[in-house]
Amino acid sequence: MALKTSEESGSPAAIARKHGSRIVAIWFILSLIIDLVVWFVWGPHMPPGDMTTTAAGQQFDFKVLTVMSVPVLLMVWVYGAYVIINFRDRGDHADGYYVKGNRKSQGLWYAATAVLVLFLAGFGTYELVVPAGAGVGEGPSPIWKPASTAHMLQVQVIAQQWRFTYRWPQFGGMETTSLVLPVNTEIQFNVTSLDVIHDFWAYQLGVKADANPEDNNVAYTKTQQTGRFVVRCDELCGIWHGAMYNYGNVVSQNAFYQWATNMEAQNASLTKLLPKYSTVYVPNDNVAGGQYFNG
Amino acid sequence: MAIDMSQSTGVGQSGGAGGSSAARWFARGNIFTATLFGAGGWFFGHWWGNVIAGHYTSVQNSGTNDVSWLLGAIFAVVAWFIGLGALNHPIAKLWGGEAPMAEKKQKYSIMEYFSYSTDHKVVGIQYLFAMLMYFFVAGLLALGIRTELLSPTYHIWGPDTYIEIVGEHGTMMMMMMTSIIMGPFGNFLVPLMIGSKRMAFPRLEAASFWFTVPAFFFLLSALWQGGFQSGWTGYAPLSIQGGVGQDAYLFSFTLMALSMLAASTNMVATIINYRAPGMRWSRLSVLTWGMITTAFTMILSVPVLIDGLYVMGMDRAVQTSMLYGQHGGSPFLWENLFWFFGHPEVYLLALPGFAITTEILPVFARKPVFALKTSIAGMIGVATLSFFVWQHHLFNSGMNPDMRPLFMLSTELISIPTGFLYLVGMGTVWRGRLRFNVPMLFMLAVFFNFLWGGITGVYNSDVPVDALIHGSFFVMAHFHFTIMGQLMFAVFGAIYYYTPLFFGIKLSEKLGKIHFWTMFVAFNSTFLPLFIVGWLGQPRRVFEYAARLQTLNQWVSISAYVLGLSLAFFVVTFIWQLVVTRPKSEPNPWDSRGLEWQVGIPVPKDNFDRIPVILSSPYEYGNPNAGPMADLSPTVASVGSDA
Ligand SMILES: [Cu+2]
Repeated sequence: MALKTSEESGSPAAIARKHGSRIVAIWFILSLIIDLVVWFVWGPHMPPGDMTTTAAGQQFDFKVLTVMSVPVLLMVWVYGAYVIINFRDRGDHADGYYVKGNRKSQGLWYAATAVLVLFLAGFGTYELVVPAGAGVGEGPSPIWKPASTAHMLQVQVIAQQWRFTYRWPQFGGMETTSLVLPVNTEIQFNVTSLDVIHDFWAYQLGVKADANPEDNNVAYTKTQQTGRFVVRCDELCGIWHGAMYNYGNVVSQNAFYQWATNMEAQNASLTKLLPKYSTVYVPNDNVAGGQYFNG
Repeated sequence: MAIDMSQSTGVGQSGGAGGSSAARWFARGNIFTATLFGAGGWFFGHWWGNVIAGHYTSVQNSGTNDVSWLLGAIFAVVAWFIGLGALNHPIAKLWGGEAPMAEKKQKYSIMEYFSYSTDHKVVGIQYLFAMLMYFFVAGLLALGIRTELLSPTYHIWGPDTYIEIVGEHGTMMMMMMTSIIMGPFGNFLVPLMIGSKRMAFPRLEAASFWFTVPAFFFLLSALWQGGFQSGWTGYAPLSIQGGVGQDAYLFSFTLMALSMLAASTNMVATIINYRAPGMRWSRLSVLTWGMITTAFTMILSVPVLIDGLYVMGMDRAVQTSMLYGQHGGSPFLWENLFWFFGHPEVYLLALPGFAITTEILPVFARKPVFALKTSIAGMIGVATLSFFVWQHHLFNSGMNPDMRPLFMLSTELISIPTGFLYLVGMGTVWRGRLRFNVPMLFMLAVFFNFLWGGITGVYNSDVPVDALIHGSFFVMAHFHFTIMGQLMFAVFGAIYYYTPLFFGIKLSEKLGKIHFWTMFVAFNSTFLPLFIVGWLGQPRRVFEYAARLQTLNQWVSISAYVLGLSLAFFVVTFIWQLVVTRPKSEPNPWDSRGLEWQVGIPVPKDNFDRIPVILSSPYEYGNPNAGPMADLSPTVASVGSDA
């Protein structure tokens, strides 16, 4: 690839064409190959998988961004390698080619980056709005909701230092320490905190929402496969932040209703002692073990 | 290479100030008198705080008295400045006198570097060592983090110590990065680059440095006061919960903020008012442009940080209830205030890095800066847009979801001016005659490293993808590429490049290349896998993680040790060459056209015998018709000819 550029002759435009066409050719071929591999081979296995619609959406978006990033990375790398090999000092301590700008290449650059950025913003907005907020917490009054909210399962996530508990308003307001969800179901998570800011991150579910004290943060998803998932706290919340995680399962709808009705019956005596279900609570600092009441 | 070295007036000039200086430094104050005074101030403030607040219910319930801690710290810093002699001049002025500025010297006693010096070259060197101290201490803390993460379940540290180390590392690094270019390189080089004998506000400049010293020690002191659990982001109400270590966090960060304000005010005033005749804006060096852009960004964003920290201090000390809910406050207030400063901040870390890269690149490419105006527009564009993106840290917070598309757009728009800097860099090396000296290797690495940071920044700005990677190691890897990979590589390149001017020595190319290659490989080997770690679900700031991520984490930890060794190699070889071997440098070893290289080594005490007249751009490499950049001994006629 190294050229004898020291005796380069011809107009600057001709020299630029000669070098430029080589760089573009190498770049184009490499980009095409790697992008095909990313899309077809790597893409379907990218995290976080497709257990829910929002997880699948995140996987798809990550794949699209990667396919767009590869040519950008390669452009700089191929160009850089070409320049380092061909335009080095050849021991004569000479100066380089005196040029302070080039209207055409600058214009092309501005236009290309502007188009790329506007596409990205448009794509990101579409992918945020259409899948009902993409699994991100939308605050107490969400503006992007699933099309049908008729059979939506309501799950409240209560974070506190340093654990998650879950309340089920459609099952008598019972409280559980584990999270079991039915497959093929729209789910609304209502995330809140009893003390500092936490973050409910159900990794394989593609859901992430900050848990703020005295605030309800709503996020939507729809399960589409059964399996186990992990819930981690994703906002620094004190010394045991690293230990604030647990696991959940997406199970068949029958198994879920069996579990839920069982739990409701089992917990009935305890549920009576709990404060009435509400979107936010006030913690009771004077009682050990994290009690709370209605504000 | 039409560099006229005959103009190097001032080389070898003998020192002007006499021998009486030895007597004067003590009277003027220095680090020892300042420490003594500071300790006295601490005890006074602490005692007073106990008198005032000792009987508060909150103090008696919690057993910690934030009022006495904060008053102790405030009095300590005021007394520290009195001990340094910072108030001698203002007080003399109040009495109607006009104390002359301490005279600059050609050769400094060591004590000068431990005093309240108003000489910009001394301040530059003070800053260099202080900021490197911050960097290496915070780097050691990072190795502490990586040691804990060798195993998913076995613990080296307790969870409390681990969180303290994480917060301490982050805060110390973030404080240092704001000043590691403007402090050493801005202060030392800007007057030389614009053809000035001095800074506009030398006392403000001295103050800016001397804030960073107590800031360092107060921050470090948190470690033996229970630390702070909140990390460098200090989210409330967690930051209201903590003990007095949290006061150390907010107080030292405030001192650093005051330092930034002082430094940037001086920088703006100097660059606007102290340019030599003929130094048009179009001839200003890129580093100077970077400094003025950064300084404006600091002046506009840092006051918000100071306000926020003040609010946090008041909430902690006297329960003003602005940042927590029960009595009408909101944790969202802190999140907004902090990131309204914090996002401009992370760009004002990146800007000086790019400025110095663009400054050094043409010297080793032997070509003019390509599209110079675009590079300046890029910096101004980044600085301006940086005020309109802060909510992208809060995409999951539950705040105003309808604003998300807008913040996604504004964040992605920043890649246009950032892209300009790549256009400029790539255009500058095109058909150059690249010289691969150590500084050049670091500059090329800046482009390589920042590419990872820039591209993954687009992932972070995309709300659906951010839902996956927010708060994970992916984000952490992203900003280590933009800050360490870009800024710190630029800093090390600049150290190799400017040591001849700073210290009169030229660091060994061979040792420098060993340092570069080990650091470059180890850095990428440390942080590239962390993108994957985060993507696979590991949150930041945890000490326990999924067992399946152990191999990746161990790979990262071992790479981090190698990175640490590489940096230790730099420290040893740098100090060895600086103190023991002192390899002498020629006056302009890199054949630079820049004005700063034309004054000779060591830099004369007043920089220029006469104010030079600037004749052309500093980057006219390869132009056969280019004369020297400046006339260093101008006559009346040559001054007239420029006008
Ligand atoms: Cu938490």
